[in-house]
Amino acid sequence: MDDGKSTLIGRLLYDSQTVYEDQLAGIRKATKAHGGLDLSLLTDGLRAEREQGITIDVAYRYFSTPQRKFIIADTPGHEQYTRNMATGASTANLAIVLIDARHGVLAQSRRHAFITTLLGIRHLVIAVNKMDLMEYREDVFHSICGEFGRFAGQIGNPPELQFIPLSALCGDNVVHRSTRMPWYRGPALLEHLETVSLTADDHAVGLRLPVQYVIRPNQDFRGLAGQLASGSIRPGDPVMVLPSGRRTRVRSIVTREGELAEAFAPMSVTVRLDEEIDVSRGDMLVSPADPPQRVLRFDATLVWMNEKPAAADRPYLLKHTTQTLAARIVEIRHRVDIGTLAAQPAGELRLNEIGAVLVEAQRPLFVDPYRRNRFTGSFILLDALTNETVGAGMIESAAAEAGDGLPHTAAVSMEGKPEVLWLLARRLAECGHPVAVLPAQVLLVGPAGAASAPSAPSVEIRFTPAELAENPASAADRIFQELVRRGVTA
Amino acid sequence: MSTLTHLQALEAESIHILREVAAEFQRPVMLYSIGKDSSVMVRLAQKAFYPGPLPFPLLHIDTSYKFREMVEFRDRFCAEIGARLIVHSNTQALAAGANPFRLGTQKCCGLLKTRALLDALTAGGFDAAFGGARRDEEKSRAKERVYSFRDSFGQWDPKNQRPELWNLFNSRVDKGESIRVFPLSNWTELDVWEYIQVENIPVVPLYFARPRRMVERGETLIPVEHDVPLLPGEEPRMVMCRMRSLGCTPCTGAIRSEADTVPKIIAEMREFRRSERENRVIDHDQEGSMELKKREGYF
Repeated sequence: MDDGKSTLIGRLLYDSQTVYEDQLAGIRKATKAHGGLDLSLLTDGLRAEREQGITIDVAYRYFSTPQRKFIIADTPGHEQYTRNMATGASTANLAIVLIDARHGVLAQSRRHAFITTLLGIRHLVIAVNKMDLMEYREDVFHSICGEFGRFAGQIGNPPELQFIPLSALCGDNVVHRSTRMPWYRGPALLEHLETVSLTADDHAVGLRLPVQYVIRPNQDFRGLAGQLASGSIRPGDPVMVLPSGRRTRVRSIVTREGELAEAFAPMSVTVRLDEEIDVSRGDMLVSPADPPQRVLRFDATLVWMNEKPAAADRPYLLKHTTQTLAARIVEIRHRVDIGTLAAQPAGELRLNEIGAVLVEAQRPLFVDPYRRNRFTGSFILLDALTNETVGAGMIESAAAEAGDGLPHTAAVSMEGKPEVLWLLARRLAECGHPVAVLPAQVLLVGPAGAASAPSAPSVEIRFTPAELAENPASAADRIFQELVRRGVTA
Repeated sequence: MSTLTHLQALEAESIHILREVAAEFQRPVMLYSIGKDSSVMVRLAQKAFYPGPLPFPLLHIDTSYKFREMVEFRDRFCAEIGARLIVHSNTQALAAGANPFRLGTQKCCGLLKTRALLDALTAGGFDAAFGGARRDEEKSRAKERVYSFRDSFGQWDPKNQRPELWNLFNSRVDKGESIRVFPLSNWTELDVWEYIQVENIPVVPLYFARPRRMVERGETLIPVEHDVPLLPGEEPRMVMCRMRSLGCTPCTGAIRSEADTVPKIIAEMREFRRSERENRVIDHDQEGSMELKKREGYF
């Protein structure tokens, strides 16, 4: 199964002169027995890996050139380590899929392309390695390109592909362009890594600032600390606080070195608001003009990472941005065959399997689809009993059911109960909702923090006088709870 | 659209980690080793919680074999920034005469560092401990998570680490278990020095070159402190040198260098073709020795 990954990374480090002399001396000593310089030894980590000659877990390696600074997440390729590959891919901008020129496109190559794309990587390099063993033949390279290209076309939202023929062992097209493949006019691997444009990856959404921590050194200072998941923020900007929906403006962005005129993703900042609004960890500051979706149930792609399979109706803890809450898998819609991309019916997801699931959270979440924002579109599932991280999810969309989507607006109508209507209107107004009472005893409710009540509400509820026979306060409370259930208010 | 420099991106990531831990754990503590990485980590924590104080104490494991300059620096620095400092030593082992010359470095480290650290964490009831380790330092560290889970014996199981995706960290532990947290995981040695320069962060003067009394042992320069026993034929002499990483005097080699300022150190680093821990005797006492030490609870 050795496709030469360790040798390629070793070559990249060695040829870009980021290997220290004492490390080299270490490998020289270890390879003295069989001559030559075994660059793959540069990346060996754990004892078990050295003993078995395989990569078990993700290792991170660092090198830089005058153009860029690189972090390599060196991940195992075997199927039983799919979860480790997903881990490495979750924070990467670009993936290198290694193909052995002698074997062509294998199920493993397809799996790698699928997983990296699933995790949101928009740039793939298809490194066709061991060209030296195929006499550097152009037809070998082209046939692999063709086959891989056809497969990649079937992946939803196909990534940008760059095919490079190389030999990690001999150093062809890794750091320096090879003279042994004059038919190839593209860049060497490092050249491509140094120049590929990553800016288009940002499918910008508005401000998303999940609150991590509230800084309150004294009565006069209350700072909301967090890392921007997207967008930017300036003093004076209007912001909406979720889930309350309260609106206010940014007073200042505080740092130890002074106030900032602007902050943008992915900076870690501390923000003060114009008004003292109740905000705590787990809340999110967003742009009122472009808020995230409010979801209770949502469709997600789930990578399963635990020996104990994922099953519907088992309770889990879900961590999304800076909050952790109870959640369950309502339904496993299907499992994806990661070699062929075919959907298969599945009752459960086993270790290293990937599937489409419907998830329900205990409280509404504010999310963006993963393809638009990795941070507000991702979540992990934890086992409450063992504390293990058991699953990693990417949110596709809100489920098309009641309780999804933002903003929700309502029209509540009732006859002969003006007191209930006013009690309800006052309570909603206190929660920050714009309300309008119409002559026909209809209450229009807008999203919290909005400027005015809607004329075309998304939810309509009617009550007959007989249905509101209890005392006005409890009737108003009951309707309020109904609005919570319908996702109009929180 | 603006983008961050790589140092700003690293800073943002580290601050995120520091705040996550402060928010999610009951009793965090920051391991403070007095070295350059600790200095950077403390600065990042100051930024993360500004204008508030550090919401956790600093903990120094004192083997009593540290350089005098290190201890002076520690006390002055902690007083200046108003940090709560806990100093812990394995007094029992020291009273029994534990020293590297008699016990060998492996056993000495086990008693004066690992045991002392585990005892201090238990005594403080700490459920999370920050450390300044970086993944580029050593090959077993390259595999370690940002949140590294430790069982109730403080042990690391490298083959059974929790998956760690995006910036979503799993902070759940049962009583007695804990998490070692490495906010500088993605920093390199060069990043650390560049940040020290940009941020004007104070570091122990031992990092800067000046003539020091040394003995040459093989290719390593050993400082003549703490009654280091000299081998036959060894003669201390003044050598222009500096420390590249700081540990206990008997186990910290110096390097020949003229770099007496931060910019000169950075220039030297860019030229450097030897790795940072090369002069740390303890990493080389056995094949895979850092992995073994870490499994047992060493940082």
